[in-house]
Amino acid sequence: MSARARASALSVTFLVGLLLALAAPAFAETAAPVLLAQEDDADADEDADADADAAEGEAAADPSVLFGTFRNADGPVEGVQLSIADSSGQAVGEATSGPNGQWEFEVPEPGDYAVTVEALPEGVELRDPEASTVEVTVGEGRRAVPIPLGEGAAVSGKVALFFQQILSGIRFGLIIAMTAVGLSLIFGTTGLINFAHGEIVIIGAVATWFANAAGLHLVFAAVLGVIAAALSGGILDRGVFRPLTRRGVGLFQLLVVTIGLSLVMRFIILIVFGGRAQPYSQYAVQQRISLGPFQTTPRDLVVIAIATVVLIAVATAIQRSRFGKAMRAVADNRDLAESSGIDVERVVSVVWIAGGALAGLGGILYATLFRVTYDFGFQPMLLLMFAGIILGGLGTAYGAMVGSLVVGLVTELSVVYFPNELKTAWALGVLVIVLLVRPQGLLGRRERIG
Amino acid sequence: MDLEAILGTALRSAVGPQAAVYALLAIGLNVHYGYTGLLNFGQVGFMLVGAYGLGISVATWGLSLWAGIVVGLIAGVLLALLLGAPTLRLRADYFAITTIAVAEVLRLVFRSSPATPITGGPFGLQSIANEFYALNPLTRGIRLGPFTYSVNVSWSLIVTWALVLLATILVTLLVRSPWGRVLRSIREDEDAARALGKNVFSYKMQSLVLGGVLGSVGGIMFAIAGSTVNADAFRPQITFFAYAILILGGAATRIGPIVGAIIFWFLFSGVQGLVRDAQGADLLPGVLSGANAVGASALILMGTALVLLVVFRPQGIFGDLRELKLDA
Repeated sequence: MSARARASALSVTFLVGLLLALAAPAFAETAAPVLLAQEDDADADEDADADADAAEGEAAADPSVLFGTFRNADGPVEGVQLSIADSSGQAVGEATSGPNGQWEFEVPEPGDYAVTVEALPEGVELRDPEASTVEVTVGEGRRAVPIPLGEGAAVSGKVALFFQQILSGIRFGLIIAMTAVGLSLIFGTTGLINFAHGEIVIIGAVATWFANAAGLHLVFAAVLGVIAAALSGGILDRGVFRPLTRRGVGLFQLLVVTIGLSLVMRFIILIVFGGRAQPYSQYAVQQRISLGPFQTTPRDLVVIAIATVVLIAVATAIQRSRFGKAMRAVADNRDLAESSGIDVERVVSVVWIAGGALAGLGGILYATLFRVTYDFGFQPMLLLMFAGIILGGLGTAYGAMVGSLVVGLVTELSVVYFPNELKTAWALGVLVIVLLVRPQGLLGRRERIG
Repeated sequence: MDLEAILGTALRSAVGPQAAVYALLAIGLNVHYGYTGLLNFGQVGFMLVGAYGLGISVATWGLSLWAGIVVGLIAGVLLALLLGAPTLRLRADYFAITTIAVAEVLRLVFRSSPATPITGGPFGLQSIANEFYALNPLTRGIRLGPFTYSVNVSWSLIVTWALVLLATILVTLLVRSPWGRVLRSIREDEDAARALGKNVFSYKMQSLVLGGVLGSVGGIMFAIAGSTVNADAFRPQITFFAYAILILGGAATRIGPIVGAIIFWFLFSGVQGLVRDAQGADLLPGVLSGANAVGASALILMGTALVLLVVFRPQGIFGDLRELKLDA
């Protein structure tokens, strides 16, 4: 079998495996209604707002309205009492949810407001009892205020939370690992740190969202999303970096190019996709199940399973296949690999395409758990990928996997003891400590890196 | 389409206080990237600590403006030392990753609700520059051709551009000195500089501190111009704008950052004005009609400009290609 045929057979096997994994039976949607397992990423909406601020003073002069809907497992919740205060803490009014669980409140002017849950009806609890106040920024027009109700009491006490977060950490770590492998291998084979890698992650998630919104089931939409991400990886290689390298553009300049590209890609996505966070139409809402000390949803388990299977497949391909060997050889010593007859440019191409596909799949899994936004690619994804690959050893594939898993665990376990908003900060704290103590990373070779 | 008005607004922001703030950031970055070859992707972090140093001192601790400025500058020095200590001995890419990450983490920490008692959390801090405006000797705003700045804006404009001038002179003198020649030798060939007995780490650290403090000065003037600090103003894009400005004007040149900042802000607000007007006149296809499109299209243009400049004219307008044989 020629090397080319072998490589394409490998990628076909990879895609088929992906499809099978995605279609795993446990992914079947549970019919039982509403327990909002969708996790709200409070940052998402704010970021979009702030970027829209860059364009001061839009023309529309709609009144500023805060609104929301309270639901729990039994349906809409009536009679939740809220108070609304402005940024100086001055109360501006009250609202109560109606029979359909909806409430709205017209604030006097655009600005920052704090919405506090004052009283809940009998038998209803906040999902997070400590988050009874939500701070929002409202411009002109309507602004949704998400305050999730639910069985928040299900996870009570530090020990239970600890177990819970271990599972979340593994889930998140595996997703980061999938996206980080490509970033690390691109660095390993070309020396380039691709600051636009986060945008490839987004392309996967957003392309999937469009296919999903057009009526395609998420599993098939995800296949299209992965292909789109793989293509964008390939285009970045063939269309941008290979020609530039041939022109003799230096690595410093290429780094700035990746930064510029990430801006261009991110804001094209903002224009096309919009600034709002959007869920996929399947698997957004699932019933929790208990597995020993862990509370989870079938969706989470499937995400973990897919990620594990894909990562093992990638590791096996790198370790066992002829192509994987060539890839390791290029990463080890490019010139030597080239002189021993390896087609380095083709290896680099495949790394970009496969890395793009993995990044896209990671983005899709992340967006299935949270929601699709145009900008989760930089913060948290890219920053955590950086933390993961440096922790594991820059340029290695296994290091990226191990490091990302550690980063995922650190991020999620920090929530047990520290505020949720700061979880990314802890992961990056780990990064700085690693640079001080063992700059080559956990699995990196001792070599001169200074 | 009111081209005259768009042109006026664009000119107005090209010489306004914001352009001067970005010129300060770019001058600091010039010391890092242009003269020393340090790939600092977290200049906005220095801006943030400068602005918050002033803001927290004045609004939270009730100190005077001058004490606040000193705190802001010290914060810039400390950030440079903290960033430099683990990373400056390592390869350039580690430094780039760490700076971009630390700057974003600073933003997250300062805007988080646990920090609210000190930083104002997501709401930021207000009324931090009253003392500065009380010093205003002007009685009426500056008139430049068709547009007028308010009295207070004129005051911060004059002071900020004066600081830009001072910073330019300071950096020019420093890089002409033997110290500056060592910096440039590090940029050209770090190993050669080391072989000649120079303590490369120490020089890089000094360069990082100098450029970082200039970034903090930019942050302080940014906070003063708006009389507020809010963490969400300090997004990573700002660093990239500073790069665009520096590369546009020409890295490792004296007036590159100034000219770059003026051109950048002219284009940036000009493009936003054009898109907004074109939206009003229904000239654009559907995808570009959203509220996001105004800011986003300007950012896309800047990203594209950054890429094209780096590839086709890395020396910018005034630069000398021989000065910039940077390579990692």
